[in-house]
Amino acid sequence: MKQATINETPAYTEFHPRWYRPHVSVYWWLGEWHYLKFILREISSVFVAWFVILTLIQLWAIRSGPESYARCEHWIQSPVVITVNVISLCFVVFHAVTWFNLAPKAMTVRFRGQRLPDILLAAPSYAMWIVASGAVAWMVLR
Amino acid sequence: MADKITLEIPRYSPERDTEPRFEAFEVPVHKEWVVLDALNYIKDKVDGSLTYRWSCRMGICGSCGMMVNGEPKLSCATFLSSYAHNGNKVRVEPLRYFPVVRDLVTELSDFLHKLKAVKPWLIRQQEPPLSEGEFLQTPEQLENYKQFSMCINCTLCYAACPVVGLDPVFVGPAAIALAQRYNKDSRDQGAEERIAVLAHPEGIWGCTFVGECTRVCPKHVDPAGAIQEYKLKAALHWLKSFVTPMGRTTKDVRHEAGND
Repeated sequence: MKQATINETPAYTEFHPRWYRPHVSVYWWLGEWHYLKFILREISSVFVAWFVILTLIQLWAIRSGPESYARCEHWIQSPVVITVNVISLCFVVFHAVTWFNLAPKAMTVRFRGQRLPDILLAAPSYAMWIVASGAVAWMVLR
Repeated sequence: MADKITLEIPRYSPERDTEPRFEAFEVPVHKEWVVLDALNYIKDKVDGSLTYRWSCRMGICGSCGMMVNGEPKLSCATFLSSYAHNGNKVRVEPLRYFPVVRDLVTELSDFLHKLKAVKPWLIRQQEPPLSEGEFLQTPEQLENYKQFSMCINCTLCYAACPVVGLDPVFVGPAAIALAQRYNKDSRDQGAEERIAVLAHPEGIWGCTFVGECTRVCPKHVDPAGAIQEYKLKAALHWLKSFVTPMGRTTKDVRHEAGND
């Protein structure tokens, strides 16, 4: 019987059948909505980072004086930046909702022996989000 | 409802094939038939060489997990009639990410090694004398881990988890959920022995919370919830050991792992 060398695919034997090992495609996430949603959620962190960078740019502009801030404001009002910001806002909202819905998964809270429903645990996060957004809107729009 | 439905099944014979080839089988559709009934019909009446696992036929043994039209399902709990509208075709494949031994049979050794690594059994550090009687639990203590104890090791969650496919060393959803089942059991004292495997890049930190494991679980175990819960516990455990490196006791570890 021929002996397989180390680089050869081992021949079928009764005790070590040749398994078929399926290959995972690079595009595994494109086929199903659930996986695509997951990838979009992961990508959303890039847009969160974009808002952090944008805030830093604004702070830098304020520090550099009124002219610099006026230039920065003009740049932020350009159609390209507005488009990027609208897209970023959608992703950041998606990101926030995902995180708020994660909280009940990570914490089991019981009241009088009963597990509290997920919605009750997520509700304070949503409430704080609405209050914080309202406060920011009031400061900006008043 | 259509009279007949076509099952497309990949056939793989390790003696002959280098990769699977699809074969189509036409089977009658009965209202009460599940996918497993159709497979049994093919094996009995059409081609006796078709190979697949099954045992209880009632969603308990966890043997008959397969991909049905791309979704991990227990074939004994998936009605054939729900696919009759789908061009009268249903594709039945072996569970994703597992090596295939033959036709629809997957190789489970890797999963069993991972399962064993998390020590899914009651571990006691101190055994009380028999005269103290049995370990009693309150309904609340039972409720604490009962959900995770419903796992039947069907491995549907592994077939749903892309991390399992991309990172084969990942311990995986069912094994972590079962570790939590014992960590949260008031009779167990083994949380400290499990933490090295669980709080590891190949354990809970490998999970990116896709959440598909929970969606496909036929027993509503919520493995994703178990993993996120343990991530929080492990983070607090790390923080506490960082702040008070000498001050932790075994009791602390048990408490942090969810077993008061």
